[in-house]
Amino acid sequence: MLNASDLRKGLKLQIDGAPYIITDFEFSKPGKGQALYRCKMRNMISGNQLVKTYRSNDKFEKAELEERKMQYLYNQNNEYHFMDTDNYEQLFLTAEQLGDNKNYLIDNMEVEVLFFESLPIDVTLPIFVNLSVTVADPWAKGDTSGNDTKPVTVETGYQLQVPPFVEEGDKIQIDTRTGEYVTRVKE
Amino acid sequence: MLGEKRLKLRAAFFDSVRLFFKNKGFLEVDTPVRQPVVIPEANIVPIEADGEYLQASPELCMKRLLARGLTNIFQICPCFRKNEIGTLHMEEFRMLEWYRRGARYHALMDDCEQLLRAVDKDLTATGIGCGPGGDNFFAETDLDMPFLRITVAQAFDAYSRVPLEQAVREGSFDEVLVEDVEPKLGGGRPVFLYDYPVELGSLARRKDEEPHLVERFELYINGIELANGFTELTDEREQRTRFHDEIEAIKQGRNVTTALPERFLQDLEHLDSAAGIALGLDRLLMVAVNGRGLKEVVPFTPQDLT
Repeated sequence: MLNASDLRKGLKLQIDGAPYIITDFEFSKPGKGQALYRCKMRNMISGNQLVKTYRSNDKFEKAELEERKMQYLYNQNNEYHFMDTDNYEQLFLTAEQLGDNKNYLIDNMEVEVLFFESLPIDVTLPIFVNLSVTVADPWAKGDTSGNDTKPVTVETGYQLQVPPFVEEGDKIQIDTRTGEYVTRVKE
Repeated sequence: MLGEKRLKLRAAFFDSVRLFFKNKGFLEVDTPVRQPVVIPEANIVPIEADGEYLQASPELCMKRLLARGLTNIFQICPCFRKNEIGTLHMEEFRMLEWYRRGARYHALMDDCEQLLRAVDKDLTATGIGCGPGGDNFFAETDLDMPFLRITVAQAFDAYSRVPLEQAVREGSFDEVLVEDVEPKLGGGRPVFLYDYPVELGSLARRKDEEPHLVERFELYINGIELANGFTELTDEREQRTRFHDEIEAIKQGRNVTTALPERFLQDLEHLDSAAGIALGLDRLLMVAVNGRGLKEVVPFTPQDLT
């Protein structure tokens, strides 16, 4: 069983027999009041949204999902294809099913495909992935805007904020749990 | 981790707050962060430290100083609250508390208005700026107008799906406040929400004319709670009773036995009247720079340490 303090974005719960993933999470605590855990969740099969506020004493069941190691092959018409490298079996997931995870998929990447009652529903990625920066504005020296970051685009088309010194062609490490920049990777 | 500009801005922010209170004749104090007893509060879980606790607030020591005769005091210090983690919460954060002996809660609201204007002015004067639009601190907030002051009852009447009395009775006050009321508070102009039901102010003084309410208020900007202040409860016997209620609630909820802060209660007998307030400095700086999370203004987040 999980406790309210385990709740966070990306956690997968089983509610009324269905697997849900927390897509948005906000801890709130009105002054001197009790802790409230506000969760926006997506049913991982139907795609339906659910918004709920939990209290610290609430208990949760982890979604029972099977994992299989597979390789990401390619994306065609928003279908993301994966292959089991042991038996060459292939399957695909849609962009909707992958959610933010599609931002970090590069060809031949090894991932864990998640199955709920033998249906593929999502993937688990490595916590850190290295992606090449394809678009970055040059850093304007003497910039006094107070910004310590600038936006760049990486090879998957994903956009994020990075420190000003990151340039086009650099490889950067991204935390797939938060979608945020971690560090520049030396080749 | 913060870059140099933000670190400079943060330092200027702390300078500004200190200068504001020193100019008003407040004495800066620093009291122990680690203490053998904590304020019994049902909804705050203390972090243990070698058989003692890290403070959730410097309130006990600061009120003991007032009881010993000090008049106006302030403190900036780290505070700790277990399991409070989110965009607007960290288990360790920087608190500003100030106390006025002989004052009531409306005097603290006046302080808040002046403090925020001073901070806005001082940050702008640094020339550092906080965004692509230039030096526009508190960009979405008009600090020049008097801040709005509305009672909890008025706010519930205006925004809540259930009346205040019903929410308190059913134990859903917090949910209704967070979901219905808070999002409506402090957009464009800061708001003081004041006069809370007595159940929600265990260290606050009852209103003479409406004893089911306490003289407590909170400051909001953009739906974000920044400060909690009240006219202090100085009746030692009533404080003892309210602590017992909290201790019972802690036992029910967490199965933990909490000791009464006896030294505090002894000193409280010598305190005639006072008002005090706690303001989350990280949050105030975040709101000042129009940020979306505390990580935009704290030098290190917990993630930066692991």
